Amino acid sequence: MPIIQVENLSKIFGKQAKKATKYLDEGLSKEEILEKTGNTVGVNRASFNVEEGEIFVIMGLSGSGKSTLVRLVNRLIEPTEGSVYIDGQDLAKMDSKSLREVRRQKLSMVFQRFALFPHRTILENAEFGLEVQGIDKEERKKKARESLEMVGLGGYINQFPSQLSGGMQQRVGLARALANEPEVLLMDEAFSALDPLIRKEMQDELLELQQTMKKTILFITHDLDEALRIGDRIALMNDGKIVQIGTPEEILVNPANDYVEKFVADVDRSKVLTAEHIMKRPETVDVQKHGPRTALERMRKEGLSSIYVTDAKRKLYGYVMADDVAEAVKNEQKDLKEIMRTDILKVEKDTSMSEIFNLIHDAPVPVAVVENDRLLGIIVRGAVIAALAGNEVNLNGIDS
Amino acid sequence: MELIPKIPVADWVSSFTEWVTDTFEPLFDFIKNDFGDFIEMFAEDWLMNIPIWLFIIVVGVIAFFISGKKLGLTAFSVVGLWFISNQELWEELMNTFTLVIFASLISVIIGVPFGIWMAKSATVEKILTPILDFMQTMPAFVYLIPAVAFFSIGMVPGVAASVIFATPPTVRFTNLGIRQVSHELIEASDSFGTTNTQKLFKVQLPMAKKTIMAGINQTVMLALSMVVIASMIGAKGLGQTVITGLQRADVGTGFVAGLGIVILAIIIDRFTQNLNTQRGE
Repeated sequence: MPIIQVENLSKIFGKQAKKATKYLDEGLSKEEILEKTGNTVGVNRASFNVEEGEIFVIMGLSGSGKSTLVRLVNRLIEPTEGSVYIDGQDLAKMDSKSLREVRRQKLSMVFQRFALFPHRTILENAEFGLEVQGIDKEERKKKARESLEMVGLGGYINQFPSQLSGGMQQRVGLARALANEPEVLLMDEAFSALDPLIRKEMQDELLELQQTMKKTILFITHDLDEALRIGDRIALMNDGKIVQIGTPEEILVNPANDYVEKFVADVDRSKVLTAEHIMKRPETVDVQKHGPRTALERMRKEGLSSIYVTDAKRKLYGYVMADDVAEAVKNEQKDLKEIMRTDILKVEKDTSMSEIFNLIHDAPVPVAVVENDRLLGIIVRGAVIAALAGNEVNLNGIDS
Repeated sequence: MELIPKIPVADWVSSFTEWVTDTFEPLFDFIKNDFGDFIEMFAEDWLMNIPIWLFIIVVGVIAFFISGKKLGLTAFSVVGLWFISNQELWEELMNTFTLVIFASLISVIIGVPFGIWMAKSATVEKILTPILDFMQTMPAFVYLIPAVAFFSIGMVPGVAASVIFATPPTVRFTNLGIRQVSHELIEASDSFGTTNTQKLFKVQLPMAKKTIMAGINQTVMLALSMVVIASMIGAKGLGQTVITGLQRADVGTGFVAGLGIVILAIIIDRFTQNLNTQRGE
């Protein structure tokens, strides 16, 4: 069962919420509803599930409703309609006591502007959640210390937040959230206020921590690169609506609509796309069945200067060049193995495009994409360039 | 103009005051007698029994430490207090000090909870704001009349009138301080599952401390400004000496007593300001 289940969740800001939700159901746009009721649609019938141990990113520009959505998940904002199930319990229908319990035990939040308590030391900040639960002093200090050490701030426990840099402050924010040992971590633009280098460092660290923690993380960001970097799955929001949910590759390769397409247009694809996305179906000859004559015939038909040699099970043996094949036909040689070359450039299907780029630039033949020695596809130079330009991406590897 | 006769507001207020006086007589008597005795005991049996030199040294030492070991405030306090005792106004000073202490304490005890209530509810804020405006703008002399009606004359009505006049800043600043706590910190507190009480004591009040202390400082200063007015209804102290000077057209006496009030005001002001430090800044 998914740990977070959001069903048809809506938030209308304003006094005519009922009327506005009715308009939503009728399919009116955010602007039309604003005009008719004066109310703002924060979140428009969002539904998604977050599985245990997954980093689920909600991504959108400012005003898209992503920050409202994350606050609906721990009910810092009251939903107008819909349900939020945490571990199967509907948060939206809970009384305030049970809600407090869920917040104490299961959900912790990290804030964009850190939201550290300036009158408390780093250690006191980190123990806040435990203090609120009424855990005794010694134990909560111990847990808070461990949590601070985990984020690399063991030496700063008696400082005040104002004495720390932004990056360090956010580590405290993270430690404060982790000290509670929550099941779910809600991170609202947690790294957006940091400068780019520190941001990247924090992303790496989060991923590293995640290797051992295996928390469920709901991460909000407006930065697509960040989303692609850390997200297992991404939900893209626009005007309060979730427009697409998918893995980073799915969103890049197969955008659901024009909005997503425009959005992902500027992404540095070389870091996200892999061999799998740009390879194409290879023309091959069978080393056991075919001789030079068949090979030459196929190459002429397809306009190739080289062709890969496999067996019936697609096990890769090598490749032959057109010149060599023509020579062999003239000399009436029968076995391809005699003229076959084996200095193959091989990559795995999840090799990133930036690596392939380095390999391919002086390769005489297309690069072979292999899995356990079986030939899956080939990559030609043109496909790499096309993919980087963002126009044509071959969908061989993706179910679409 | 003749169509609408004069509305008898003055009569209404008078009869209301009379009604209150009669109805709550036992309570007022209790406050007048027991609380009055306590105040008198505090001033005459405790404060005035402390040797003057010891009092001055203690104040000097406290001044030294709370001002961050600087000599300015220390020197001023010691010399100022010595000057007042030199002018043979020590007893008056102790009485005035007592009046200010009690008026301020009661104002804070009443003011802070009202400030918190006001911060938590927009309705309460809407109701209390004009009342506070009223309390502060009504000439302070007016409070003397019901104070005398309820508590006759002496220290107690002086304290009562001072409380009415001095409470508003504490209420206002407490409200302001709590409302100024950033929205994100409140969200952070809520997100960790705090109860309202936990949020108030662990986040809002500590964060608002500086503003609340500024309000309390204002309250103390207003209480001090009531000293002369309160002495018109028999509250003892430096104010009484000022009034005597006025009645006898004795500029010198009036000036010296006035100077005593100024010295006390500066010492109390600097003390409360220096105590106002926030952790983590």
